[in-house]
Amino acid sequence: MISALKRRALWVGLGLFFVMVLPFIFTGYKTSIATEILIFAILAMSIDILAGHSGRTPLCHGAIFGVATYVVLYYVTVTGGSVWVGSLLGILAAVLTAVVFALLAIRTSGVYFILLTLALGMIVWGLCLRWTSVTGGENGLRGTVRPEWLANQVHLYYFVAVCFVVLTYAMWRFVNSPFGQTLKGIRESESRMRTLGYDVSIHLFLGFTVSGLFAGIAGALYAFFNSFVSPSTVALAQSVEGLLMAIVGGAGSLLGAIIGSALVIILENAVSLYTERWLMVLGFMFIITMLFAPQGIVGAVKSLMTRYGRKPAQKSSQ
Amino acid sequence: MDRRRFVKSLSAAATVASVSSLARTASAQSGGNIRIGLLAPLTGVLAAGGKELVEGFELFWKQNGTTVAGRRIEIIIEDDASNPDTALQKARRLVEQRDAHFLVGNILANTGLAVAEYVKSNGVPYFISVVAADDLTQRKRIPNVVRVAGYTASQMPRPLAEFAYKRGARKIITISQDYTFGHEQCGGFAQTFSEMGGSIVQQFWHPINTADFSPYLAQIQSSGVDGVFVMETGADANRMLQQYSNFGLKGKIPIYGAMNLTDQSVIRTLGPECGGIFSSAHFCEGSDNAQTRKFVSDYEKAYSKLPSLYGFSQYACAMWINEAMKQISGKVEDRAALLKAVNGITLENSPLGRPVKMDRYGNPIYDVFIRETRVRADGKFWNMPVEVFPQVSQFGKYDPETYMKQPSYSRTFQGIKK
Repeated sequence: MISALKRRALWVGLGLFFVMVLPFIFTGYKTSIATEILIFAILAMSIDILAGHSGRTPLCHGAIFGVATYVVLYYVTVTGGSVWVGSLLGILAAVLTAVVFALLAIRTSGVYFILLTLALGMIVWGLCLRWTSVTGGENGLRGTVRPEWLANQVHLYYFVAVCFVVLTYAMWRFVNSPFGQTLKGIRESESRMRTLGYDVSIHLFLGFTVSGLFAGIAGALYAFFNSFVSPSTVALAQSVEGLLMAIVGGAGSLLGAIIGSALVIILENAVSLYTERWLMVLGFMFIITMLFAPQGIVGAVKSLMTRYGRKPAQKSSQ
Repeated sequence: MDRRRFVKSLSAAATVASVSSLARTASAQSGGNIRIGLLAPLTGVLAAGGKELVEGFELFWKQNGTTVAGRRIEIIIEDDASNPDTALQKARRLVEQRDAHFLVGNILANTGLAVAEYVKSNGVPYFISVVAADDLTQRKRIPNVVRVAGYTASQMPRPLAEFAYKRGARKIITISQDYTFGHEQCGGFAQTFSEMGGSIVQQFWHPINTADFSPYLAQIQSSGVDGVFVMETGADANRMLQQYSNFGLKGKIPIYGAMNLTDQSVIRTLGPECGGIFSSAHFCEGSDNAQTRKFVSDYEKAYSKLPSLYGFSQYACAMWINEAMKQISGKVEDRAALLKAVNGITLENSPLGRPVKMDRYGNPIYDVFIRETRVRADGKFWNMPVEVFPQVSQFGKYDPETYMKQPSYSRTFQGIKK
């Protein structure tokens, strides 16, 4: 047991070390890619709270994420407010959106949940596209929101990295808390949890809201990173990409979401160097993952490790 | 993890690091080349237009060689996927990873605006030949964003409004796609037309990708107007022309079209339904000017189709940049000098056959043609010049400073004089 704990601590330490030295290894443009990976990893993990840990697959997190981005950019570039107040408002807006979505969607499950969240996300997209006077319509909103000391790419990376580490820890605590265990229980069997006296709706509602909070923080960070937002940020494609990151990496594991985010963004960038049909390559990758590693990359590695004798670090960390 | 595995992973990390730093030195050493980053939508809704953009650009370098003042020109093409987020990401990569000296291209206004915002922060020159959003060279001008062989949206429809009024039109309905490019083109027309004394009876705005225009067409039919201003691009333009003709309106109520309505990218696949339509633009593929004819036949030879505005614009853009680079002996690293050269050039030998130069705001002043679509000997339709309005700037007849005090055109502000 102690050795397992030690091993885990070593891995976490190594991961932290890697995150911290990364800008020295991958300089210039690659640092900005790394920043993007961390932001999307937060989004993918927030999706995983629902998709992996609660058994509800949402297709609206792109919208929740993008609402925060919109609010930050609107507050800073149009009304000229401070970026920190803007970020707070953005995250608040994302949480409110999540609350409304949750109220409408948590009573459903399975395909109905997917379709309902998809429709809700599309409403946000439609609003951003048509409410031209506020959202800038098709053109979106532009403007640098970063304060002076974050103008440098490396500084921004470290800022995002610190947020990423704190948020990852928070999410890890969340899914491993008794509350998180209840969510897992609901995933396994809703009726049994109900018989045991748990209020399934309240738990899912809170789970959804917390997930929205993290997606919102990611969205606010994205405003820092991108200095630009348009309807494509809240579009279905964004929600799908976030979900695919979580699934490819391994649903039900926060580490999987991080790996998924890294994999998808690196592939996007590497493959598009060679062909404009990079979306096709991405599609094939997803199909192959679904065929050969339906549990995602983390799941596949775990089962390989069990097969070759070594038990995975006890009852899986996440 | 035991020590051996730790050493293994560490050495792996070190290898990755050294390989990536090697790649960087390699790219730094090739500093002799001039690297142009070309952004074009090769996938997504504007894939066809994006392809023509690349074709036009490549045709010029094929004809004129890829060397300027002893430096080889390297063109790095990236797909913006018709999506502003992708465009921004690709622009970042072109500048930060591929060390492009300057950027050219993009079609959609939202992709162009995203890239413009990015270059605003780092000063990389960005030359747009198609992105037409008015404010880029007006109210929100960025000094390193220049419309090389480009145009602003409201620039071209103003002469068309004068032409329509002179032809006797007094009451006009406008129908237009509901996004910035539509608002601005429509605004240019509506403001000029109403200030001359005509009246804009009604304005229809429809979402991009409208399949059925009959509700609008029915209203146009019963309205008793003597002209319709139609602003459509791509597939919408195609459908509009067909349905207008099917509805029996063609030949009864004349269409005054914004430049993209009868662009080759639209009418290439159409028959008689696209004939006899007036539009205004600086380029006229059916012009009998010797230089235009040469360009059109070269383009037809190379790609076996008539050039569209996209192909032409990017060709002229390449020519313009080439002249500027020659002037500064290929020293593109000096951004200020490059921008000064680009802004100062009078382009003599472009396919337009007329000298073109920039105004003080980084937008070219053109002789604008009123064009009519007519059939060529081989049955293909093309735009022939009918009338020319010399020296039209992005501000039309207005004084730039006063003009920029009025708000930008939008669905709610069209500058219509009551």
